Amino acid sequence: MTERPAVGPPARTRLRAAGLTLPLVAFVGFSFLFPLGTMLSRSVYDPLVADALPETLALLEEWDGETLPGEPVFAAAARELETALEGRLAGRLGGRVNRVASGMRSVIVRGARAAAEAPAATARETLMVGDPAWGEPATWRAIRTAGERFTVRHYLRALDLDRDAGGSIVRQPEELRIYVPLLLRTLMVSGAVTLLCLLLGYPIAHLIANAPPRRARWLILLVLVPFWTSLLVRTTAWIVLLQTHGVVNSLLVALGIVADDGRIAMIYNMTGTLVAMTHVLLPFMVLPLYSVMRTIPSHFMRAASSLGANRRQSFFRVYWPLTLPGTAAGSLLVFILAIGYYITPALVGGSSGQLFSNMIAFHMQTSLNWGLAAALGGILFVVVGALYVVYDRLVGASSLKLG
Amino acid sequence: MRYRRRRQRETAKEVVVPDDATYVEFEGVSKTYDGVTPVVDGLDLQVHKGEFLTLLGPSGSGKTTCLMMLAGFEAPTAGAIRIRGRPIGDLPPRKRGIGMVFQNYALFPHLTVGQNLSFPLEVRRVDPEDTRKRVARALGLVRLEGYENRKTTQLSGGQQQRVAIARALVFEPDLVLMDEPLGALDRRLREEMQYEIRRIQRTLGITCIYVTHDQQEAMVLSDRVAVFHDGRLQQIATPEGLYEEPMRNFVARFIGENNRLSGRIENIDGAVCDVRVGDTVIRALRVVPGEVGDLTTLSIRPERVGLAPEPGLFANEFEARVEDLTFLGDHLRVVVSVLGADDFIVKIPNVVGHGAVIPGDRVRIGWTPTDCRALDHKPESTEP
Repeated sequence: MTERPAVGPPARTRLRAAGLTLPLVAFVGFSFLFPLGTMLSRSVYDPLVADALPETLALLEEWDGETLPGEPVFAAAARELETALEGRLAGRLGGRVNRVASGMRSVIVRGARAAAEAPAATARETLMVGDPAWGEPATWRAIRTAGERFTVRHYLRALDLDRDAGGSIVRQPEELRIYVPLLLRTLMVSGAVTLLCLLLGYPIAHLIANAPPRRARWLILLVLVPFWTSLLVRTTAWIVLLQTHGVVNSLLVALGIVADDGRIAMIYNMTGTLVAMTHVLLPFMVLPLYSVMRTIPSHFMRAASSLGANRRQSFFRVYWPLTLPGTAAGSLLVFILAIGYYITPALVGGSSGQLFSNMIAFHMQTSLNWGLAAALGGILFVVVGALYVVYDRLVGASSLKLG
Repeated sequence: MRYRRRRQRETAKEVVVPDDATYVEFEGVSKTYDGVTPVVDGLDLQVHKGEFLTLLGPSGSGKTTCLMMLAGFEAPTAGAIRIRGRPIGDLPPRKRGIGMVFQNYALFPHLTVGQNLSFPLEVRRVDPEDTRKRVARALGLVRLEGYENRKTTQLSGGQQQRVAIARALVFEPDLVLMDEPLGALDRRLREEMQYEIRRIQRTLGITCIYVTHDQQEAMVLSDRVAVFHDGRLQQIATPEGLYEEPMRNFVARFIGENNRLSGRIENIDGAVCDVRVGDTVIRALRVVPGEVGDLTTLSIRPERVGLAPEPGLFANEFEARVEDLTFLGDHLRVVVSVLGADDFIVKIPNVVGHGAVIPGDRVRIGWTPTDCRALDHKPESTEP
């Protein structure tokens, strides 16, 4: 081959070629970057209360936070609550304040109704007729906190932290800590699934990589068919197999290994989550491993044995180090997929097998606390990013062989 | 130099094996993968201690399979392989104590040069200090002092080759196998490495079995060359013996250039015979034990043919027509048509008055019966 001088195509051609990537760039921007950005911004930016009660919040800035605020504050609040009620915003407003201090939804809504329907002599009386809690400074503190346009309180919640009355950050009481233990459990489950996938996938990948081409094609098909099968089908199949009166339990009872009334709970708990997730994620381990193992020529192992190494030494000193790029890629892939896994734990995890993503889904769909959901997602994002950085430092991202 | 002292001590200990005794022996070794086609067919071969033996043959001739069976990566279908008289059929490769240089070097890419070299020592649990010394000594032997911490991927082809040789030698085996180790190098480097390999083998006095398809390489390196074809050993001899006295048609064609004439044995007279080629009779040395009437191939080296000799100098003299002529510096290569062949080659040394000829000239050519060997007759399709 003769070296040609590096002359690129003319600028016009290059521009046209770049133009071909535009649909993809637009698609990624529209379907990935934009939703990601808006969701993440929700975790720190919540303008609803601030927009609904601008005057009240402005007046509250001068307030000391200890005594009851003065009549002008009450008047502004009553006026703005009435507007909110007309705009059908009072419920959502109450919901936002409720997230800061529980019980506030009804306080806000009743206050708003009173302001609209039964104005008394002073705004203060009006609101306190609606709900006596208006007479307590805690209510006003909650409104002030909820009125922050930019806030870290979702992240504090997501990390099981809180602000005490003085505003300094403290840990939640032990019985209220949910998210950090859940995150740790998710990390542990992901680690366990990764390990299981590695232990199961390594021999499979080795078998395929060293099989004659014809058999290798069949074996790789066996790995890929489940990969192409719907996730729901595969997960449901595990339910059929593992449930109390499922195939596995019935077989164990029939063989007399387990008593009929002592059937093992293998699904709708952590076991179910582990088994089903390992199965679903196994191809992501096998494929990178296989692609790396295929490139390791057999004469390396021959060389090792001709140099006097036994099978164990050949494996641990030659084969295993050479498969590290595949092992690392497969493990990283499985771990990252597992850490954000949602459907399988939701279907077979029961209550003890729920993971971090299920909590995000809960806040997105049930509690409708999108700010907190976004903050939880943000934390997951940071954890995965941190893992990638650690991986890059230890192994080097350039050595990744993803398939 | 400690290698040599150590080796002498070992030989002194094992009085049973004198230096010229058979070190490796193949006895009736056959190998087939499908049960039908033999890859190696009934091989009998003795390798002497301290010898440099080359297995030479075209690809598919079974030479590499022989090496792999000796190394323990393939098992013979029949027959026995012995080292120092001991059958090694049951020994796994790692227990055979044979150093091996692979075709693609097989240097471990995740290890440095030093780690590659210390690998065979570490798996043998040699202590670290001794390992370090031996690695340095082996690197010195291949003239790569101080390369311990280089990555093998950063080395040139020739350097990788040297590392592979050093690694095969570092655990001081008595027998080293090399499977086309110079195949990937360019010509100049190959010649340099041939010299290096020969020097190292002589320095250490080890037995070396070398596989190649390059007859020139086999000639340069070897004490003896075993020529393989179609799974069979054709001839085993010194390089000179192979060239001067090929015993088979294939060997004559594979080693060096030769002219071939097909004919039928007409008359046998002890060591010589008369062979009829077309309507001419040629007197030739009877190498193949054929009968009168058998087909035979005559092999004549181009440089043993005289061009326009004094009349009566040769027993075989024929009229030829010059077809083509090439000046090659030290010799002149003349293509003539004679005895029905139009590609008969004559090489004339470039000496004063070598007799200028031009294409179209009619000349006399001739050769003595001893330079004309009557060999077995093979169809032309088995061309190497």
